[in-house]
Amino acid sequence: MRFIFKTDYDQDIRLAKHGGQVFWYSLLMALLLAAPWLFAEYWLAQLTFVLIYAIVGLGLMLLAGFTGLFSIGHAAFLGVGAYTEAVLVNAGWPFPVSLVMAAGLSAAVGVIVGLPALRVKGIYLGIATLSFGFIVEEVLARWESVTGGNAGISVKKPGLFGWTIDSGTGFYFLCLAVAVAATLAILNLLRSPTGRAFVAIRDSEISAQSMGIHLARYKTLSFALSAAFAGVGGALYAHKLTFISPDQFNILQSIDLLLMVVIGGLGSVHGAFLGAIFLISMPQFIALSKDWLPPAIGQAPGLQGVVYGVVLIAFVLFEPLGLYGRWLKMRTYLQLFPFYRRGMFKRQKSFQRSDRLR
Amino acid sequence: MSDVLLSAKNLSVRFGGVLAVNNVSFDVRRGEVFTLIGPNGAGKTTVFNLISRIYAPTTGSLEYEGRDLTRQAPHHIARLGIARTFQNIELFEHATVLHNLLIGRHTHRQTGLWSELFFTPAARRAEIKAREQVERVIELLDLQHHRDALVAGLPYGVRKVVELARALCTEPQLLLLDEPSSGLNVEETEDMAFWIQDIQHELGITVLMVEHDMTLVSKVSDRVLAMNQGEVLATGTPREVQTHPGVVEAYLGTVDEVSDLRRAAA
Repeated sequence: MRFIFKTDYDQDIRLAKHGGQVFWYSLLMALLLAAPWLFAEYWLAQLTFVLIYAIVGLGLMLLAGFTGLFSIGHAAFLGVGAYTEAVLVNAGWPFPVSLVMAAGLSAAVGVIVGLPALRVKGIYLGIATLSFGFIVEEVLARWESVTGGNAGISVKKPGLFGWTIDSGTGFYFLCLAVAVAATLAILNLLRSPTGRAFVAIRDSEISAQSMGIHLARYKTLSFALSAAFAGVGGALYAHKLTFISPDQFNILQSIDLLLMVVIGGLGSVHGAFLGAIFLISMPQFIALSKDWLPPAIGQAPGLQGVVYGVVLIAFVLFEPLGLYGRWLKMRTYLQLFPFYRRGMFKRQKSFQRSDRLR
Repeated sequence: MSDVLLSAKNLSVRFGGVLAVNNVSFDVRRGEVFTLIGPNGAGKTTVFNLISRIYAPTTGSLEYEGRDLTRQAPHHIARLGIARTFQNIELFEHATVLHNLLIGRHTHRQTGLWSELFFTPAARRAEIKAREQVERVIELLDLQHHRDALVAGLPYGVRKVVELARALCTEPQLLLLDEPSSGLNVEETEDMAFWIQDIQHELGITVLMVEHDMTLVSKVSDRVLAMNQGEVLATGTPREVQTHPGVVEAYLGTVDEVSDLRRAAA
């Protein structure tokens, strides 16, 4: 067990709390930097997808995990980002500019979607964002002059001042850089007043308001930031796939994204990454296990959906804190060995809150 | 002592057919501890919710330092220097005590979104400054042991103190305490009385509180206002109000009823 003796406010503020974290995250970073030489082309592509989904997941985590607002139409922001990127890059814009535009346009759309969030809560917000997702999918399909309609649109390679990123390795490093920047941005936000205001809104709107937090402004801001992250992820996604069509941004994609943050662990930055790893690796496991299963099950259509559903239900029932929560428990078990008690992570009975003031 | 910080005039609020607060007027003077007492459902908490703008009054006015409070947005109340606690504790459950208190510093934030995203040196300095202020409150209320604990795991008595601490972190001029001693044991209630006195005398904060524990009320209050069924029964020193016939009647029933009860018991 490690006890951190704080003698300085900086110790409380800095990102790495102790030497162990510096060591492990440096090791992880070194491994990610060496990945192109360690893994085959196919696995590097999968790793790239993990990074892209993690960027989107960070945004959704900020919204769902830290502000407590659920979006069941998040694929729409992904789509807005992807199509903005596709259209602009095809028109010859340099990549950094088009990426910023993708983020900006998604954020602007996020603000519009955030407006109903000021009035509706819980399941109603879910339905509002769900229908928004359908609207965007429909717009992408019908606005043929720009989006190419249902036929889809192919995306040029990202260009950077006359230099094109055309190798898988180059694009991997680009995604890695963006993912690291996105993670740092989220971590910075969470250790400053804005991030704390989000958490305050999640836990008690009424007292957040009486602490002087402008609920409408921060909810909208959370939607905008979340959408911006999804937009950046969407832009990278468009480049990775090189061809996008509206049906890639449908309700199933939205559910995948939500699944990712719930299984990863709501309310933790790690959760976005663990969820992304789960989301990308699960189809691989299912594909591998198909040969071992009886054909009636293994070859059945919709097997993936069933597995996802079962896993989600299992997590909600047995591990509401997700993969990250499970990891925390395992780590505590090892740290305290042999003194771990069974009920250690059991939530204490929470006291009655005033329902009248909601 | 005599200048008025908060002034309520003919305050009424109606929820459908229920007149929760009926024509209530009172003045809270700068530097005093002013207590609202009354049986359950008297409208004390509703008065609090009117001040923190959770409800809007049907009629009447609320003036704070000469400003009309009813025209302020709810999130503006904290910026004006009014902080509150809640009867049933409304803390940020899944955050540490330190984070709860730092949220109390929200009205004093000096950094914008962009400097926070990049965590510029200015943002770092602001964070350190916020922590220095928070540490003062932690020191005052003896919360050192719980600094990094999650609120969800704390006992009730400590949560009550954390909520008081969070309100103090906003550096208020007027502190609204909604039943500060409810659910506390005798020792904790005594601590609470000392803290309220400290807050009044050392920090110079005006306190408006709702409280049922008459020992605590008489110990710390300068003036008391008794309410029943939305109306003011009496205002004055704790002693005057406690002996006011109307107040006794509201709590115990009329003299006749009480003597009836005595006779029935005998």
